[in-house]
Amino acid sequence: MSVTYAKTPMRVQDPAVRRNNFDEVALGYTLDEAMAEAGRCLQCKKPMCVAGCPVNVQIPAFIKALTKGEFESAYNIINETNNLPSICGRVCPQEEQCEKQCILSKKGEGIAIGRLERFVGDGFLDNEEPANRALPSNGQKVAVVGSGPAGLTAAADLAKFGYEVTVFEAFHEPGGVLIYGIPEFRLPKALVKKEISKLKALGVRFLTNVIIGKTLTVDDLLEDGYSAVFIGSGAGLPRFLDIPGENLNGVYSANEYLTRINLMKAYDFPHSHTPVKHGRKVAVIGGGNVAMDAARCALRLGAEEVHIIYRRSMEEMPARAEEVKHAREEGIIFDILTNPIEILGQDGWVKGLRCVKMELGEPDESGRRKPVEIKGSEFGTDFDMVIIAIGTSPNPLITASTPDLKTTRFGGIMVDEATGATSKEGVYAGGDAVTGAATVIQAMGAGKRAALAIHRKLSEKACINFAVNLNAAK
Amino acid sequence: MYKIIEKRTLAPGVHFMRVDAPLVARSAMPGQFIILRVLEEGERIPLTIADYDRTEGWVTIIFQEVGHTTGLLAELGIGDHILDFAGPLGRASELDRYSRVLCIGGGVGTAPLYPQIKHMHEAGTEVDVILGARSRDYILLADEIRRCCSRLYIATDDGSLGHKGFVTDLLKELVSGGERYDHVIAIGPLVMMKAVSALTREFMIPTTVSMNPIMVDGTGMCGGCRVTVGGKTRYACVDGPDFDGHLVDFDEAMRRQQMYRQEEKESHICRLPGMGGQVR
Repeated sequence: MSVTYAKTPMRVQDPAVRRNNFDEVALGYTLDEAMAEAGRCLQCKKPMCVAGCPVNVQIPAFIKALTKGEFESAYNIINETNNLPSICGRVCPQEEQCEKQCILSKKGEGIAIGRLERFVGDGFLDNEEPANRALPSNGQKVAVVGSGPAGLTAAADLAKFGYEVTVFEAFHEPGGVLIYGIPEFRLPKALVKKEISKLKALGVRFLTNVIIGKTLTVDDLLEDGYSAVFIGSGAGLPRFLDIPGENLNGVYSANEYLTRINLMKAYDFPHSHTPVKHGRKVAVIGGGNVAMDAARCALRLGAEEVHIIYRRSMEEMPARAEEVKHAREEGIIFDILTNPIEILGQDGWVKGLRCVKMELGEPDESGRRKPVEIKGSEFGTDFDMVIIAIGTSPNPLITASTPDLKTTRFGGIMVDEATGATSKEGVYAGGDAVTGAATVIQAMGAGKRAALAIHRKLSEKACINFAVNLNAAK
Repeated sequence: MYKIIEKRTLAPGVHFMRVDAPLVARSAMPGQFIILRVLEEGERIPLTIADYDRTEGWVTIIFQEVGHTTGLLAELGIGDHILDFAGPLGRASELDRYSRVLCIGGGVGTAPLYPQIKHMHEAGTEVDVILGARSRDYILLADEIRRCCSRLYIATDDGSLGHKGFVTDLLKELVSGGERYDHVIAIGPLVMMKAVSALTREFMIPTTVSMNPIMVDGTGMCGGCRVTVGGKTRYACVDGPDFDGHLVDFDEAMRRQQMYRQEEKESHICRLPGMGGQVR
């Protein structure tokens, strides 16, 4: 068998067309394309890809099933460890994880594992009957706070173990960042809804409009009969740059901008009632995936020019390579080694940005070369909208209302990494609420570990209770 | 879905609703707010909690028809349901450290003020109240408030009830006349809260105002509700809505309140019959 070192390409919408619509950019594999790509897999005896996956999807096994045309079996293999294959296939940074470890990537391009996962997952999206049926209810209730990737994963696993799971969501719609954050053109919302309806079929109950820390506290949940609580409340307060002009009209946090567009469908205003400003010349500050999403949304809302303003160089940019590539193709302009120092205003509205040029110095604590200001390089540029996408700091709602929940010095919830157990008995946490901004799959991994730890703990308790009762009966 | 169990029109375009929301009522405190959405394509808007009953499980809201969403809400009647009703949000007002307080309510700002007055009255604090509005029709909850305060003063712009003029006229009169208050709580239009705060700064009376900026989630996630307080950016949803009136940048708040004025105008035009409900 000859080895092919190039990935089977995936069709995408033409950049000139897609910059004007919110439809999905990447179009997915056809059956032939999927088979061709699956056929490249060498079926390693010691697959490095599995170790590179935060939830250890049995990658060679599902690919093997795929090559044999056993689609359902391929789906079941993925589903054993990953409840959201259609989502992960789209938004996981595979190039940093499984695909990076693929033996083929040593000489050429690794297997397009994400694309194959997406192909398999999409084939079973409409299956209402979950592939893995839940165990009969064990009568114990577990609460999950937040319905993003961490919460959904924990909920699914706990339901499969036989718990009665209730997910509490602050917004009016479940899905967390998958719904409010990641835009339609990268992750269609219909797909997220289907994945959620599968969880409902597993018996998971969703309660929207309940803000844990406000409507109910973690202690309320424990008192209300939940044997354990998993906190996956996600990213918190958007960070700003702390430079003059940030409260001018026309300055958004990426969180607000994306929530208005994705969750509240402001692109469809006034049919949808939530408005969003349409910038003509837009500056997006930051270099992560969220910055790319915001920039590409601004373009789709009719901006003539959209700039990504990033203080380091392209090499340090944290966004996925594919997202940067897509953004570039669509015409987003990258102003690298540029740092904003003031947002300029006129009559209360954004008028422009004052920046300085940077150069890279010695590596900093993140290991990346630290950007240093070039003296006397200040310059001004006209903009009528500025979107700040430089990350978030932890949300205080839950920690402030749960005094015995210990936090890290960044304000994240302190956990035992292996189990997600917090300083409070019966309370577990994972995802961005613990780590700060990270990826969907990392949050899912944390949800998985915590679900297992909760199951172990509660089964242990159940065993002890059983033994005690048995003794008492004697 | 949250059932409307009582509805009354208090003044032209001003409505009172009692909503069945047991979880919100269970933890509601004076000064907090809720976020609601009327229908599927609807906007999320914050409204302050006017009253609540933990055992009966209801929360009341009082709102003025000022935009599209409040207009849609006004169309609902008893037995209808509000699609989403989330809360309580924001910090509860700090009301337990004063001995004599002057509360000033302007227009629908009286609604969130009422539970605070009631709370302080029940705790034994002496409360005087000034209510102000355009005309007598818009003076809200006067009977309810009279029952739980020491003295009630009223000002209307047109003189149809009480003093003809502004609440600040009465405030000035009271304090110049020798009345002593250790705190002022003012809730109403930004321009009123600004004027009250300017005056109490002169009189050196600490003053709390309640901010009601544009928000999306109400949980600190969007940052749309930022208010500059003492030169620092604060989020009205998680740090407020109550802030020190002497430190709030009211001019900025007024400007931010106008952010979507253009869109509101456009949407109004294109929602008119015959326009097909479409702009683009």
